[in-house]
Amino acid sequence: MEIPDVRESSPQAIYTVRLGATPKEGGTRTSVVTVGGERALPFHHFDGEIPNPPVVAMEVWDIPPEDWPAPVREPFSDVFSSPSEWAKKCVEEYEADLICLRLVGCDPSGENRSPAEAAAVVKEVLRAVGVPLIIWGCGNPEKDNEVFPVVGEAAAGENCLLGTITQDNYKTLVAVATAYKHKLIAESPVDINIAKQVNILALDAGFPLEDLVIYPSTGALGYGIEYVYSIMERTRLAGLGGDKLLAQPILCDIGAEAWAVKEARATKDEQPKWGDERLRGPLWEATTAYVYLLAGADILVMRHPRAVQAVKKMIRTLMAGGKG
Amino acid sequence: MILIGERINAGFKDIGRAIRTHDPEPVRHWAREQATCGADYLDLNIGAVSKNPADMAWLVEVVQETVSTPLCIDSNHPDVLRAGLEALDGRPAIVNSTTAEDEKLEKILPLAVKFQAAVIGVAQDERGSPQDVERRVELGAKIFMAATEAGLTPDRIFLDPVLMPLRFMQDQAIKVLEAIREYRILSDPPPHISVGLSNICSQTKEKSLIARTFVVMAMAAGLDAAICNVLDPELRAAIATAELILNKEIYSDDYLKVWSLRRAKGGK
Repeated sequence: MEIPDVRESSPQAIYTVRLGATPKEGGTRTSVVTVGGERALPFHHFDGEIPNPPVVAMEVWDIPPEDWPAPVREPFSDVFSSPSEWAKKCVEEYEADLICLRLVGCDPSGENRSPAEAAAVVKEVLRAVGVPLIIWGCGNPEKDNEVFPVVGEAAAGENCLLGTITQDNYKTLVAVATAYKHKLIAESPVDINIAKQVNILALDAGFPLEDLVIYPSTGALGYGIEYVYSIMERTRLAGLGGDKLLAQPILCDIGAEAWAVKEARATKDEQPKWGDERLRGPLWEATTAYVYLLAGADILVMRHPRAVQAVKKMIRTLMAGGKG
Repeated sequence: MILIGERINAGFKDIGRAIRTHDPEPVRHWAREQATCGADYLDLNIGAVSKNPADMAWLVEVVQETVSTPLCIDSNHPDVLRAGLEALDGRPAIVNSTTAEDEKLEKILPLAVKFQAAVIGVAQDERGSPQDVERRVELGAKIFMAATEAGLTPDRIFLDPVLMPLRFMQDQAIKVLEAIREYRILSDPPPHISVGLSNICSQTKEKSLIARTFVVMAMAAGLDAAICNVLDPELRAAIATAELILNKEIYSDDYLKVWSLRRAKGGK
């Protein structure tokens, strides 16, 4: 009996998004990152081409992150006061594919740093490392709209990934990204309909669909991960099936979510049965990342070097069809 | 939903006159308008004023110069169909149409095969249009079998269960809906199913409302194509909404905009 061929072909590939610009392209990056382009579900190499592996961005803040628990603070405690040294360490020691610079210091309820101060940090980090940058605002829409025009200009031509735009706040960032040639992260609250709507709004404002990355929100292992998984899977299936408004690469914010939950944070003294937090924490972050790799993540934003190392190894293995 | 724009038909006075005098402007105008409104195909019909194959070739050429939209070559005469198909510049096309009559099938199916086109098969024969579900299914199945044997795959076969004017034959619409359901299970994957939508609202006052109400009901039964007035914004909105309700498209607040953006193509 002949065994039927059940391979699935997809009418549409996910958009290919290139981040970073070399001197030849008008930037100063020594390496660029390309994500997307896949024509199959994650690691289904038998169904279609997956030209670009998922990549890992490591987080760097513009201010020392007071809230990070000890296991994830320790590897960086010598560089917290200098975003550029911190970024350098991520790239040189931990092989980060790109740096995700968070402008937490701009938050009006915190240090309320000025746009000029944020731009200075961006420039400093751009000088320190050669990998592409993700620049993530403080999350206060009004403040982000003041900061990004200055920051976007400071990084003009570097082809950074700026974020995030939302359903309620996208016009300023779209204008900044268009003017200074950056890409954008489109955020939605674990809601495929809103994910699509944000992309429509960006498109309607004149921003190309092929320059967007979808951030569907992320939940840590044990905290709604299966819900986000199902949204990402549906998004990817729609994208591969021909829906251009959902055919963007997907970004997952792993570190911030994983290190926010008690299963990663609690010390051995607080939870004697849970084991050493110096192993448990990175494991929680890595396991969260594994799940999102299988859901279709193209960019993982992470924190702990051991988790990063484990996830990068897993990506190599899965990209080699399990043989790596 | 595959939308076939009906407006370039010699039955419309401006198009009839344009074909008689070979004036390209009205043809270009409606080609552009329908392409902008999202037509997947443009139906071209010279029947009301001409049986001359050269007129169909002229019409095809004018439309091809204007838009990149695929064409639906519409005639009862194999010679006219052939002239239209020969004038194609390589874009996809539908042959509109054959009936279930043996003579028609023998002449028209080979044309679709030769020109790599799809074909619309209308469920009629020597005895005229069917009045019940069974006859529609019988004739549809006959056309489907013949087309398959001629070498056409189901995605290149459109079955038309023959929509009648609601005003004069009110009992027929529900039978068409039932026939659509039956056509869906003829094969896996099923053939396309198409109607001439404007037939149902012939000589009624509420043309647009009747057309869009029927098309939504028919889509629920399995209709996936229609020769229709794509210029009607309310018809387009109803079709876009039905596609959402049938879960063929992921919802977003601006889904009507998405529908229009996706279909805003074909301009040249």
